[in-house]
Order: sequence, then C-alpha cells, then structure tokens
Amino acid sequence: MSSDTTPVLEVKNLSVALPPGGDRTNAVDKVSFTVKPGEIVCLVGESGSGKSVIAFTIMGLLAKALRPVSGEILLQGENVLAANEERLRELRCTRMSMIFQEPMTALNPVMTCGDQIDEVLSTHTKLDAAQRKAKIIGILTRVKLPEPERIYASFPHQLSGGQRQRIMIAMALVLDPVLLIADEPTTALDVTTQAEILKLIAELQGSQGTGVLFITHDFGVVAEIARRVAVLRWGELVEMGPTEQILSRPQQAYTRMLISSVPSIHPVHRGVRLEKETVLRTEKLGKTYSAKSFFQKARVVKAAVDVDLDIRRGETLGIVGESGSGKSTVARCIARLIDPTEGKVFLGTTEIATISPSRLRPHRRRVQIVFQDPYRSLNPRITVGDSIVEGPMNFGLKRDEALGRARKLMETVQLDPNALDRYPHQFSGGQRQRICIARALAMEPELLIADEAVSALDVSVQKQVLGLLDEIRQRLNLAVLFITHDLRVAAQICDYVAVMSQGRVVEYGAAEQVFSAPKHAYTKSLFAAAPGRNWEFGKFAAA
Amino acid sequence: MIEETVDSAAIASASTKRKSLWLLAIRNPAVIFGGTILLLMVAIAIFAPYLGTIDPTRIDPAMRNKKPGTEITLRLDDGSTVKRTAYMGTDTLGRDVYSRVLYGTRVSLIVGIAVAALSLAFGLIIGMVSGYIRWLDGFVMRIMDGLMAIPGIMLAIALVSIWRSGLITVIFAIVVPEVPRVVRLVRSIVLTVREEPYVEGAISVGTPTWTLMMRHILPNTIAPLIVQGTFTAAAAIITEAILSFLGIGIPPETPSWGNIMSEGRTLFRIFPHNILYPGIFLALAVLAINVMGDGLRDTLDPKMSKKV
Amino acid sequence: MIDFIARRLVAIIPVLAVVAIFVFLMLRLTPGDPAAVIAGDNATSDQIDLIRAKLGLDLPIWQQFIIWIGDILRGNLGESFFFKKTVVELIAQRLQPTLALSICTLIIAVATAVPLGVLAAYRHGSLLDRVVMGFSVMGFSLPTFVIGYCLIYVFAIDLDWLPVQGYTRIEVDFWGFISHIILPSITLGIIYVALIARITRASVLEVLNEDYIRTARAKGLSNRVVLMRHALRNAAVPILTVIGIGVALLIGGAVVTETVYGLPGLGRLTVEAVLSRDFPTIQAVILMFSVVYVVINLLIDISYTLFDPRIRY
Repeated sequence: MSSDTTPVLEVKNLSVALPPGGDRTNAVDKVSFTVKPGEIVCLVGESGSGKSVIAFTIMGLLAKALRPVSGEILLQGENVLAANEERLRELRCTRMSMIFQEPMTALNPVMTCGDQIDEVLSTHTKLDAAQRKAKIIGILTRVKLPEPERIYASFPHQLSGGQRQRIMIAMALVLDPVLLIADEPTTALDVTTQAEILKLIAELQGSQGTGVLFITHDFGVVAEIARRVAVLRWGELVEMGPTEQILSRPQQAYTRMLISSVPSIHPVHRGVRLEKETVLRTEKLGKTYSAKSFFQKARVVKAAVDVDLDIRRGETLGIVGESGSGKSTVARCIARLIDPTEGKVFLGTTEIATISPSRLRPHRRRVQIVFQDPYRSLNPRITVGDSIVEGPMNFGLKRDEALGRARKLMETVQLDPNALDRYPHQFSGGQRQRICIARALAMEPELLIADEAVSALDVSVQKQVLGLLDEIRQRLNLAVLFITHDLRVAAQICDYVAVMSQGRVVEYGAAEQVFSAPKHAYTKSLFAAAPGRNWEFGKFAAA
Repeated sequence: MIEETVDSAAIASASTKRKSLWLLAIRNPAVIFGGTILLLMVAIAIFAPYLGTIDPTRIDPAMRNKKPGTEITLRLDDGSTVKRTAYMGTDTLGRDVYSRVLYGTRVSLIVGIAVAALSLAFGLIIGMVSGYIRWLDGFVMRIMDGLMAIPGIMLAIALVSIWRSGLITVIFAIVVPEVPRVVRLVRSIVLTVREEPYVEGAISVGTPTWTLMMRHILPNTIAPLIVQGTFTAAAAIITEAILSFLGIGIPPETPSWGNIMSEGRTLFRIFPHNILYPGIFLALAVLAINVMGDGLRDTLDPKMSKKV
Repeated sequence: MIDFIARRLVAIIPVLAVVAIFVFLMLRLTPGDPAAVIAGDNATSDQIDLIRAKLGLDLPIWQQFIIWIGDILRGNLGESFFFKKTVVELIAQRLQPTLALSICTLIIAVATAVPLGVLAAYRHGSLLDRVVMGFSVMGFSLPTFVIGYCLIYVFAIDLDWLPVQGYTRIEVDFWGFISHIILPSITLGIIYVALIARITRASVLEVLNEDYIRTARAKGLSNRVVLMRHALRNAAVPILTVIGIGVALLIGGAVVTETVYGLPGLGRLTVEAVLSRDFPTIQAVILMFSVVYVVINLLIDISYTLFDPRIRY
C-alpha cells in the first residue's frame, strides 16, 4: 500500500468540550491525525487522555454532555461532524465500524449472535434472508469461529470472551467498511486470547485494506500491531510518528517517560537464594467450591488444587496466571479471607488453614493484603488515618502511638503525613494504593500479599508503586506474595515465580530461570502471547 | 512528578463529593417542597387546639349534617351560647369536621412516624443478623418470604382482627408487613458491602465482628434506610386511613382522617364534604412525604431509584 | 426448562408453609380464649364450650394444625359462623366481582403504564417525562378511596353517565356489568399505573445505558429500533417483577374499592368478616389471597425464561 493514498480518515484540529465544572475545559484539544487505507494507527495514552472520546466523536456516539466545538472529521472526504443523524446512521457499519472494550457486555444478551449480525445487513442492505444468512456464515468463518451454524444460533452468554469479541469483529466488518475503530478491544481479555484477536484484526484489515484506528494504553500492543502511533495526554496530541520511531526515538519527554515506565519482560538478576527463614509454606493447598442443588448433581469447581509454595524472608514470590487460574483464590486462602478446603498453610511454624476464627485472630497481624481496586479498598466514610490505625489499635496499641506509627508509614510510602485526616476520595488511585500499603505495613506483617495491586494503575503510576513495594521489601526484609496476570510486572518484581493454570501450579522456579527457559507448554504459550515481547522498551536510540 | 499533577485535579473534582451529600439533599427542591408541607402538618398537629377548633369528639345532635360555611351555635357547659362558622361543616353526629380534620393530623403523623421508626428498627436488626449470621439466614428469610407472601393490607387486617382495635394495634399491624421489606434491603446491603475490599481489609487487620458491623457495614445502610423510611411513613398513613375507613382501624370516636371519611360514607351523595376535606389533607400529607422521599433518594441513593 | 419450573415449585412450599402456620396461629394468638373470641362478647359459657368442641380446641396444638391443614388440602375451608354457610360456598359466591375487577384493572393498567413509561424514558428529561413522573407520584399519594369518591362524584353524580354503586353479574347483563366495573377498575388502576410506569421508565433508562445499546447504535440502527428491539425486551424482567409484586397492592386496593363502589366481592367479604369476627372466613380469605399472590408471582418467575435466555438456574 503506497503512502500517498488519500486517507480514509482525517481528523483536523478536533476539540471536544467537557461540561463546565470539570478539571479542564476540553476533553480533546486541537487534535489532528490521519488514517490511511490498510494501515493501523494506534492512539495511545493513560486514563483521561481523551483517546476514547476521539473514537466516539468519529462514530457520532458521544455522550450528550460532551460536545465537539471545533475542527473537522473527514471520512473519505465527508465531514461527519456536519452530518445529520440519519446520514451518520447510514455511514455506521457500512463505511465506519467500531468494536469495544468489553465483549461481555457489548452484545445484547437476549438476541442470538446471528440475529445481531443480521440486523446490520437488514438495516443497510436489500439482501433477502437466505443471502444474509450466507453472508453471516461467511463472515463467522472469516473471523475463525468454529461451527458457524451453531454460533449463529447461540446467545452471547454461551460464548467465551474471545468468541464474543470475534462476533463483534464479524459484525463490524461484515459490510467491509473502510474504517474500523477498535477501542481497547483486547484489554478485558486474557493474554493468549488477546494475541489471537490482535492477529485476527491485523489479518482481516490487511486483506481488505481497511484503515484501523486502534485505541490502547498498552505499549506492548502498540509494538505488536501499529504502523503509526499518536501519543495523547490530557486531550492533546503529544507526538505522532511511525511506530519504530516513537518507540525507539521519542522526541517528547512525556513519551520517553511513558515508554520507559513499561516494565521489561526480561527479569532482573536477583542473585542466588541464601538459606533463610521460611515465612510461609503451603502444603497441598486446595479450594473446592460446590454448589449443591436439590435437582442436579452438585457442581464442583476446583479453584485451587495441590498448591505447594514457600516464601522466605526478604523474597518476592509471584503467582502468574490468566483469569480463572486460581491465583487469587490461593492468595485469599493464605490470608484466610476464605477457608481452604484441603491442605495446610504454615505461617512460620503455625498451621493457620484449619484453626478456628478465634484462634486465628492473633495471627491475622502476620499476613496483610493489598487489593486490586484502589477505589474500593478504603472505607470512604473514615479518614485514611483511621483506616491505618484501625489494625494496630485492634491489637492493643494506643491511639496516639498508632498515629505516630501511621505518620512514619506515610513517609515510608512517600505521602504527606499531614494528609492522615483526609478522606480516601481526596487521593488519586496511586496514592490510595500507597495508603493501602501503609495500612498493611502498620501491622508489621511478616508476609505482604499484593493481589493484582498495580493492575488498575496507569503505567507511570504503576512503575512508582512497584518501585515502592520493592524498596519496602528490601528495607523491612519482608516476604511478599505478588499475584499478577502481567508477565512484565512479574519479571520486574519477583525472585520466584509460580505459573498457575486451571487451579494448579504448572511451573515453579526462580524468575530468571522460568522467564528465560520456560519448561511447561502452558508457560511457553503464555510468553509467546505477551504483546511486544520482542521489543525492549525504554532503551532509546540516540535521537 | 506526573502523579502529583494528576492528583491536584483529582482532588479538586472529588473533594466536593461526599461531605456535601446531605447538604445537597436538603437543598433539593423536591425535599424543600415536601419538607415545608410536612412541617406545616406537624405545626397543625401540635397547635391544633389553638387554631379555632373545638373538642373534636363533641356530639351536638342539633347541629347534624351542616354544609361547610354554615353558622352554628355552640352551647357551652355553662349554658351560654357562642356562634361560630363550621368551615368544613359537621358530620352525622353534629361534630365539627374542621376540628376533627385538624386533630386527625395528629393520628396520621404519629402512625407515619411510629411505623417508619419501628419497621426500620426491627428490619435493621433482623437484616443485620440475617446478613451476617449465615446459619440463621435461611430460616429468617423463609419467614420473611412467608410474611411477604401475604398481601400487606390483608396481613394488617388479619392482625387488627386478632388484637382489639386501637392506635397501638393499628401501628403494629402496619409494622409487621413492612418489616420484611426493610430486612431484605438491609440484608442485601450487608451482603454486598461485606464483599467490598475495604471490609476484607478490615477483617485482615483483625477487626472484631462487632466493630466491623458498626463501623464499616452499618453506615452504608443509613441513606437507603432514610429513603425507605419516608416511603414507609407515607404508606403507613394511607394504610391507617384505609383501615379506619373500613371501620376496623382506630376506634370511630377518635378523630382520624380515615374515621371522618368512614363516617361520611353513607351520606356521601348529599354531603361530600365529609370525604372531601380529610381526603385533601390525607392526599397532601402523603404527597409531601413521597415527594420528599423521591428528592432524598435522588440525592442520597441514586442506585435505589430502580427498585421503587 | 422443566427442571427450572420444578425448582420454582419446590421453592414456594416453605413460603406457603409459613403462610399456613401464620394463618393457623392467627386465632391462637388472640389474647384470651379463642372460643370466647369467636363466640363474641354476649355468648354464654355453653355456647363457648360448643364452639371449642367444634373447633377441636381441646386437642394439642400440633394435632389441631394437622387436622386443619388436612381439611384445607381436601378443600374444606370450614364454616362461617356469621353467614351460616361453608366458607367455600361463600367464596364462590363472592368471587366474580373481585376477579372481574382485578382483571379489568390489570389490563387497563398495563396497557397504559408500559407505553407511558417507555415514552418517558425515551424522552428522558422532557416535559412528557416530567408529566409522567409527576402523575406517578400523585398516583402513589392519592388514596384509592379518595380517587374513587371523586370519580363517582364526577361521572356518576354530576355527569350521571354511570351508575353510582352496585354490581351486575356478567351473565345477567353484559353492558350493565361493564358500566359497573369500569369506574372501580380505573380507580384501582391508578396506583398500579403509577407503579408500573415508574419501574418501566427506570428499567428502560437503565438498559439504555448498557453497552449493547451503544453497539446497536454503532450498527446504524434507528432510535426506534434500538428502543423497541433492544431496550424493551431487556427491560422486561424488572417490569414483570413489579407487576407481580404489585398484585399485593391490587388485592389490598380491591378491599377498599369494593367498599367504595359497593361491589359484593371478596374484599368486601373480608371486611364484613372482620367486623363480625368471623374467623374461619377471615382465615380462608387471607390464605386464598396469599396463595393466589404466590402463584401469580411463580408464573411470572417462569415467564422470565421467555424474555431472557440466561435465566435457567
């Protein structure tokens, strides 16, 4: 495809106003870029950068509160900002299509997948029922869904997330539009599914010459799929250029910072394990859920099976796995937030998996946990100071002593000690995660569990929190159990890694060894699927 | 660096959020409208004796069935007579409807407030217990389901038929069908909130169950319960009026809006005022509370608006 | 499917058991001797003894319960002290007005409320929306009997279009039946319309915020198609639920409406039974209304499967 072809999409000087009273006047501020036929352009940025707003503006699907105030959006030369509602409807799915982040909720749950694609055809074409059916089966085959006839008659809830996203892609591409907008289409998917979907999008657009506007926050995905990249920050275009140029020779400080925040997939060298005291050991730990029913056979779900782990002082053990692998179940069993059904958990020499709640209470102090969602991890009704001192006071510390400890801990997590009397909503996500770490540390635990603790954070904030966790581990000689789905994060923070799949640990060993020479087939497939694995982020060439 | 700049924005937009919620609620036009009418009703109830009323139970056979605005002569105990206007006429026993309607405000407000307070109190306790003590949950909820399977007014009618009629009886008869609703509400909140990471965080720092409930779980029920309470009060006032109207509620000599209407039933075609005036008061009181409840719900608990 | 229905059926057994126990205990919860309560204030001690023997009140309470529930399952609801008939006869005689009133009300209410609610949601924030919401609050707040008397005053007394009170059986005179049932149905329907319109609006509004509605719009479908094909069907389950729960309001409202319009139905029977302390009748009527209510809600539960393929638990 030659580069002088007329672009399918030209965005010129686009500004979209936020409703008055927001933290800035424009959600999107004077942004210009183009998408040519057959190329994939990535819009990349952290949360609040306005990247999704641009996508919705192009489709004419903006929320009523947001209003485009200047600029043009030319779709094959036609300004869609000036188009009326009826014209926009004609363009949707025929010339421009969109796929969304959440395949689980993007399809109507009460209509079959076939009917939902059929709607596109009956709205925009004059094909008869048999022709439509044939065309739908054709596109279902093209998006590589098995048994298209069965899928045609299936309801969305009968399909997996990846399959649903394929249905969305089929729906978007059934009429061969010139532009496909993909708004974080793989963010909600597991890494192996993500790799398949990315491959599919690239294949389909390549064969039809479709221009793709791909929105993502993930530089791994960018490296994998984009021909050109536009970096956004607070609604403004920071810089734009060919992928290779942006990733290796970024001009702007912000882009450099963002890219160098992406954790490397190659583990850091940690040195050899010194024989040290074991903090936590699990023995054939298992958790089985069974839903008993009067009419059916009890449905048994083995969330975790025969998990053997051990963590020594000053070490980080990572549990890596996709959703449903049982990694969080193991963490919650160890913290005794749920009761394990099999096996033992030794904290030092104390067995805590089977002891009664009242005997457990004194040992609660020794294991602390930091959760994924910073917005739900702190009680919104009490000050963060009260949240931090709650634990120590439960164990008999006087309030002013506990507050003294809390002030010190705020410094440890690099926050202002005078902010203790503020409420959680006055802090950002990253700051809240620091407060949660402080709350956990206030108990002077022996084991700190981080359950996807950095997954909800933007990459730049994530880097800071990861650095903080590692520093605290070293300084306090803490044992850390780090649960994550993100191989890059695991590579940077773990001494040891356990890879879990379907409730079992399939591979377990020193991080360096597992990452450089994975043995188990599942681990290998996991690494092979990691987007941008061949790219070393942050090693910039001289500009 | 980056994070700090993001934060100031986050703080600016979020800091106005939580504390001003109650302030926002009392500034809501619906709350102001409903609240004003309600305050007026409360004032009428308290100051009923000073608003040109006479004894609402006083029977005067000579002055039966007078239309509103009629001059009537009142014979006092010492034998002297006073002339006054019966603004709302008199009923079949010659009692002054105006006085009865104004005094009737007392009964309705007492019923509304008492039923709301009692059903919230019982519902809160049972709901917390049921939501927190797993082995009791099944048993308690079966009983609640059973109680909810009896249509509310039928259950109230059944209860007044067992206990002799009277204010306390009526109040309890209305409370019983309301309790299961509150129990369900509280229980569902408890079950949702106890899954919140911050509650699990509190568990893992060793917070005792009692503190956990009082500090982390209970406060989440306050806003929804206040909203529920206003709707319960409105429903209770209507139910009391219905029971009295059917002749099975408050004893007929007590002035209550339902009783006045019950009295007016037989001669409705000729003297509609016996139904009209208490009806207006009743509708206005219930409307005020419902409007206020809607306003409170919209500001305090927007998620509940779908549950009706 | 059959499995689903069977499980729903089993689930209502404990509910009905609690209802039955409550209704049974009703009489025993009365302060004092139940036999004396039934006999009334002026009864002689012989009369009281007679009643006690007749009701089997000398037996242990669990035996009484078993006898009672056995009778009910065999269709014997006892005998009315006041009306001197079996309760079954009594109910059969009074069934038609209540049934007619309920069905008419249900049809009128659903036919007006659902379109109103959908329109209000569709034109969210418009004048129409505010009018519907305002009407809905009014409908909740105006007591049924006040509405009833206002309607009688306007349509039956002032305009003289319809009869004031009373009932004509459907098999005697169809148009007479209609003219007697129309005002009561509208009266009773108002609160029901308010309830259903409100929940329809709320659930359609909620569905309109769903991701799949955005998908439907991204497909280039017209607003009308999005609303009718995608939104309404997804909003159906909460609407149906409230229609079912609302049956309780309907039953309560029927008692009042029948009194206002002088309809000789089951609601009126309940009040007469309470006023004459006719306990066997009170018990039977309450039990019957509860069973009807539970069964209607069971049917609605089962109907969910027609609207939502996910419901198969």
